[in-house]
Amino acid sequence: MTAHFFSDTAALTGRTLRHVTRSMDTIITTVITPVAMMLMFVYVFGGAIDTGSVPYVVYMLPGILLMTIASGISYTAYRLFTDVKSGIFERFQSMPIARSGVLWAHVITSLVANLIALVLVVGVAVLMGFRSGAGVSAWLAVAGILLLFTLALTWLAVIPGLSASSVEGAGAFAYPLIFLPFVSSAFVPTGTMPGPVRWFAEHQPVTSIVDTIRALFTGHPVGDDIWTALAWCVGILVVAYGFAMTAYRRKIA
Amino acid sequence: MTAQSVAGPAIRVRGLEKSYGKLDVLRGVDLDVAPGSIFALLGSNGAGKTTTVRILATLLTGDAGTASVNGFDVATQPANVRESISLTGQFAAVDEILSGRENLVLVARLRHLKDPGAIADDLLRRFSLSEAGARRVSTYSGGMRRRLDIAMSLIGNSPVIFLDEPTAGLDPEARIEVWDAVRELAGQGTTVLLTTQYLEEAEQLADRIAILHQGRIIVNGTLSELKQLFPPAKVEYVEKQPTLEEIFLAVIGRADKGDATGTKTGGQK
Repeated sequence: MTAHFFSDTAALTGRTLRHVTRSMDTIITTVITPVAMMLMFVYVFGGAIDTGSVPYVVYMLPGILLMTIASGISYTAYRLFTDVKSGIFERFQSMPIARSGVLWAHVITSLVANLIALVLVVGVAVLMGFRSGAGVSAWLAVAGILLLFTLALTWLAVIPGLSASSVEGAGAFAYPLIFLPFVSSAFVPTGTMPGPVRWFAEHQPVTSIVDTIRALFTGHPVGDDIWTALAWCVGILVVAYGFAMTAYRRKIA
Repeated sequence: MTAQSVAGPAIRVRGLEKSYGKLDVLRGVDLDVAPGSIFALLGSNGAGKTTTVRILATLLTGDAGTASVNGFDVATQPANVRESISLTGQFAAVDEILSGRENLVLVARLRHLKDPGAIADDLLRRFSLSEAGARRVSTYSGGMRRRLDIAMSLIGNSPVIFLDEPTAGLDPEARIEVWDAVRELAGQGTTVLLTTQYLEEAEQLADRIAILHQGRIIVNGTLSELKQLFPPAKVEYVEKQPTLEEIFLAVIGRADKGDATGTKTGGQK
């Protein structure tokens, strides 16, 4: 059965990828909120925020990228939910295939769809004046962190995708994630926030990830932030994967 | 045949029980389905038909009792069972965003068959979907979806096919198309377990009919055996009025295929 894991997963991934390429509107709506935020912050609020020598568009792009991923994975949950609801998930599970390939196809598709969205957002940022002196290795590090973060949130999205009872429920979990960057160092330095808010902002995952990516963009040393960021990503990934597998096993009983 | 046929019943269920919390859905189901026959599981909504099918298709585990398909136990040899079956669920489980042909190619690839494209084209032809093959399934009518759904189940020539309410929600014309497809299947030696709440469907298609009621099989036999359970037919003379269905089918020009009174279907068997 597992002998065909790769070919089965490839066939199923081809299917879910077509769902993305044939409804590019899902990519557009993924990108639209982060881009709108970027326009607002750079051209309206940004001028009033002191980010020192770093241009504001460079300062806030990392947070915008995380927001893009948070908004993108709600479609992962939506696509999986639709499969479960339509019965095609059961059809695949009743076939002599590597059953877990059905989930992996959604996970791989999520990574690809988010990658497309991220490239589009970076493109808009470049048009708005984003420039980075980061070299190849720094860009690879940025890509790696974003990929890991996407993977972690994707497995998180699998949970409502499998267990939600309505379309709205399947997508709603993403809203708090989209707004998490606001209470972090993504848009304003945490120094001006009142005590408890500042404590939360400095200890939630977004801040360490944003600080790491920003340091990579601006050529500053990443320090310990990168380890905190990786620990958060891996931690979320492991926990989400565990819960997703529990939901999956309950589904296929 | 992908899996070798095994002597004895194609499907064997003994004392199958399943409950959801305090709700007992199946309370000791026993049934045997002979290879190559069409077996109809008749029952109203909530009788446990879908639960039975889902257990047989290894999508659900029973609480007690045993069930085997093609000689393989559903609990201990689920992979072998999945090699032996095809499931057409209650709702046409087709991919709306793909075209009809892509749906068929996908299933052929997942069943690791050679030349998925040729298999898809052949099935599109057999189910009169060739013209629509390149179109997205979201543009299909209910009947076309169901035909595609059943065509997908035929890929790989599974010896046992489960059809869970295959004609629910279809118009009379589409229903007859599905019936023809099911007859063709059984004609090739496939064992078909079909669930339905339409008495006429069971009468039209099934070699054997079992009535599932409140989680138990209360009657099991051929149509003529079932008829003997009731008082002999009385002879009355009534003017034969066309049924609304006959009128409908005649008006839309499908009267030749739509003879639901059984003369043509009798000839096919």
